[in-house]
Amino acid sequence: MRIGILYSRIRRDEKLLLEELRDRDHEIEKIDVRKQRFGLESTTANVADLDIVVDRCLSTSRSLYATRFLDSYGVPVVNSPETGDVCADKAKNSLALAEADVPTPATEVAFTKEAAMEAIESFGYPCVLKPVVGSWGRLMAKIDTRSAAEAILEHKETLGHYEHKVFYVQEFVDKPGRDIRVVSVDGEPVAAMTRSSDHWLTNAAKGGTTEPFDLDDRALELVERASEAVGGGMLGVDLMEVGGEGSGEYTVHEVNHTVEFKALTEASDVDVPARVVDWLETKAEAFAADGDDSSGDTNVDDATDADEVVL
Amino acid sequence: MTTDTDPVLAEDPITGEEIELPADVEVGEIIDSPVTGTELEVISLDPVTLEEAPELEEDWGE
Repeated sequence: MRIGILYSRIRRDEKLLLEELRDRDHEIEKIDVRKQRFGLESTTANVADLDIVVDRCLSTSRSLYATRFLDSYGVPVVNSPETGDVCADKAKNSLALAEADVPTPATEVAFTKEAAMEAIESFGYPCVLKPVVGSWGRLMAKIDTRSAAEAILEHKETLGHYEHKVFYVQEFVDKPGRDIRVVSVDGEPVAAMTRSSDHWLTNAAKGGTTEPFDLDDRALELVERASEAVGGGMLGVDLMEVGGEGSGEYTVHEVNHTVEFKALTEASDVDVPARVVDWLETKAEAFAADGDDSSGDTNVDDATDADEVVL
Repeated sequence: MTTDTDPVLAEDPITGEEIELPADVEVGEIIDSPVTGTELEVISLDPVTLEEAPELEEDWGE
């Protein structure tokens, strides 16, 4: 197969993926999005004849636009721009989960610091303030007192990008020192791990320690429903146990659309890159079958060596 | 004669020192400089050239 990979930085995750693709003799088109232009009908990226493109952009904004453009040209891309749009924004993420009746922490959004303070006071202390766009636990605030809330809100309002004036306030979930990361493909778990820390943030990127985790039936069900709620794809579904470790009850606090799997590969016995490539092959075949059913629908030409690929 | 498993040598763009990279290094890959710890990006493979990697931006992540 010819498989494209959108990227701007090759992390360990992308390297594992590339190794697996090469081991299977797939032809790889590495597309550094920093070097490309995306027009309304054409792009400089060599995407003609690709069976599938996998989005591995580190930058959320680049991920959202690049996948949207490729999708508009009829290029099969995972994850879909629709999934990316929901997952990239914590408010949309929370809404999608709630609309699908997936248990998720109580959340309010407010647009002024006065309204945000009302939300914080209604949750009580501690509660959590998060940026709507962001990752790796950055700029997350656990708010323990009113004076801390006042200071953080003023800083965000004064110093922040306009998105920091969308105040995303959430109940604090008293998790048992760990949360659970599940990498799934269209709702089917690939592997799962716990991320533990003495700190309230347990992200692997924050130094949380990881252990493999066996999903019970309830967790399996929630992963499937959370995936469906955001439009499916290769996802990182994050759950917290409510009612203590091993309670069997969970809340889903986030679904990530350009999921990192390096830590999970190290924590589990599962060959995560191999499972991901299995899934990519299946998706590519499904896209091809859909294309055969509606031949002529896509506007991809056979250009292969042009500076600008006309689609 | 070099082989696929031989380490690759490149110049650290910050210190000018010669540093060793893995044999399977990729364009776009990020390497921690063994000299300064700075993140370096592999710009090309033939010859191998490195540049200081872009700073972390706010929308980076998962």
